[in-house]
Amino acid sequence: MYVAVKGGEKAIRAAHELLARRRRGSEEQPELAVAQIEEQLSLAVDRVMTEGSVYDPELAALAIKQAAGDLVEAIFLLRAYRTTLNRFYSSEPIDTDAMQVERRISATYKDLPGGQVLGSTFDYTHRLLDFALLAEGEAAESNTDEVAERVEESMARVSQLLEQEGLMVHETDTESEPADITRDPPTYPSDRSARMQALVRGDEGFLLALGYSTQRGYGRNHPFAGEIRIGEVDVSIVPEELGFEVEIGSIQVSECEMVNGFTRLEDGEVKFTRGYGLGFGQCERKVMSMALVDRALQAAEYDEEIKSPAQQEEFVLSHCDNVEAAGFVSHLKLPHYVDFQSELELIRRIRKADAASQEEEQS
Amino acid sequence: MSSSPIRAGYNFAYLDEQTKRMIRRALLKAVAIPGYQVPFGGREMPMPYGWGTGGMQVTAAVIGHDDCLKVIDQGADDTTNAVSIRAFFRDLTGVETTEQTEEATLIQTRHRIPEKPLREDQILIYQVPIPEPLRFIEPSEVETRKMHALEDYGVMHIKLYEDIAQFGHIATAYGYPVQVNGRFVMDPSPIPKFDNPKMDNSPALQLFGAGREKRIYAVPPYTDVRSLDFEDHPFEVQRWEASCAICGSEESFLDEVVMDDQGHHEFICSDTDYCRTRLAQQEESA
Repeated sequence: MYVAVKGGEKAIRAAHELLARRRRGSEEQPELAVAQIEEQLSLAVDRVMTEGSVYDPELAALAIKQAAGDLVEAIFLLRAYRTTLNRFYSSEPIDTDAMQVERRISATYKDLPGGQVLGSTFDYTHRLLDFALLAEGEAAESNTDEVAERVEESMARVSQLLEQEGLMVHETDTESEPADITRDPPTYPSDRSARMQALVRGDEGFLLALGYSTQRGYGRNHPFAGEIRIGEVDVSIVPEELGFEVEIGSIQVSECEMVNGFTRLEDGEVKFTRGYGLGFGQCERKVMSMALVDRALQAAEYDEEIKSPAQQEEFVLSHCDNVEAAGFVSHLKLPHYVDFQSELELIRRIRKADAASQEEEQS
Repeated sequence: MSSSPIRAGYNFAYLDEQTKRMIRRALLKAVAIPGYQVPFGGREMPMPYGWGTGGMQVTAAVIGHDDCLKVIDQGADDTTNAVSIRAFFRDLTGVETTEQTEEATLIQTRHRIPEKPLREDQILIYQVPIPEPLRFIEPSEVETRKMHALEDYGVMHIKLYEDIAQFGHIATAYGYPVQVNGRFVMDPSPIPKFDNPKMDNSPALQLFGAGREKRIYAVPPYTDVRSLDFEDHPFEVQRWEASCAICGSEESFLDEVVMDDQGHHEFICSDTDYCRTRLAQQEESA
């Protein structure tokens, strides 16, 4: 007697072939090029770069293609590639004050130095399906005169304005070496830099829900979108043999600075508190969520009662990574014959003992 | 034994040499403090978390050209995930692989210890999902690390006692907690408690890797591994009234196979190599 309950090499190979065919879809349609994904699905590319922790639009687009559009799978692919790469340098901190701003809005001031710049956004669009796109036509021609791609002016930051007035908690660069959560295991309570890294890599949906929960009363922190800015920043390194900064390129980032409810500090002063979010490309929802959660996780520093999920550092940081979470949830698909068999043996033994003792009672 | 060429563009065993060194340092510490969970800089692997990334990193850190690797899942060499991990290492190390327990120098396992007793020149590498035995009692890592430091294991005994009060038995059938070298309480990974006695004083080095949780721990050869119990409720292993339908073994851990939609079932050895070896011996002597 033998029952073929155990799969093998052949089955795996066949499944992968089927997957490749499914991914390709009908051959009547031209194959999707990686460059098309990079150009036309750029927001998906940005999410994969942010949570995959690699700024490389082409590789992110490739991952999306290979994952047939499953973004969590694409993030996983990119991470698994990233982990094999050599670490040459740590870059100098990017300077978002000097950002080439494409979009900049503040919800706290009607007007401010540099003005409100909407840039490209879904905000204020009417979410009506555009059937012109279905007919494979281009959307209505834009009046190019009105569209400026970039604003050539460096803008003061809302947080700086508030800091100057002494209204907001001051934050300074401690110039300490930041943590690297991809190299060192997590420890709690977590270093702020490690916490921020975990949040950047954290799943957008998870952080969105946590951020939302703080708005609904589970760890309220009275947020205002002080400033959201999106644009290009330069990245530079200081090679040891040169000893001065060398620019190696520029990246697009989204940044959100929340102004949060004020509190009386240890020195007796009353100031607004703050939350911070940053991500690659255009990922406004992500950085806003991140900023809300970052502030929620500062609860201990302000002696706030920690009772909501978003305020619990260990809970948030150890569950926000979707590559970890997806992996462990999906591992339930692996065979558990042995564990289940152990439970079966036990439950039968308990039931048998129960039945025997009942019989004894009756007799 | 010689190894064949590996996939272009990758280092031997996937991880770079610095990373392997980091893992080996963690392994040395783990061996020095039996049962203690050593945090390590777990890397992302090209397999999902929960599918053996911890075991794979340990294997990658210790494997050499002369090794012979066996990979099992649920005791079997031909379960899909074992096939996949074995193929990965064949592809990225070129080392020889085997399905025979006695041929292997390294055995990566999920959920079982081979039936055949291991030797001093073998290393058993466990894939571990949740390394913290106290996790189901205390979710916070900060707290559990303190409990280990203070050897505060009372809650574990309370849990086992509550099982006895409720079910008449200790209701932990796999992942049954052990105390190593009289000090650290350790999760043996989700092996059935049937396998627990095999850990005790084993001549083989036992290494445990938890990738997602970034922990490594170890049981050095000939180390005391005691399953937690009570004097009046001593530790005991599973027993079957059946024997293997293929080789007739009455000693091995049996998997239940459902034969029809009426729920009729038979039992077969979970350890496929053990079963096959026995069958071959029977055929020879017949």
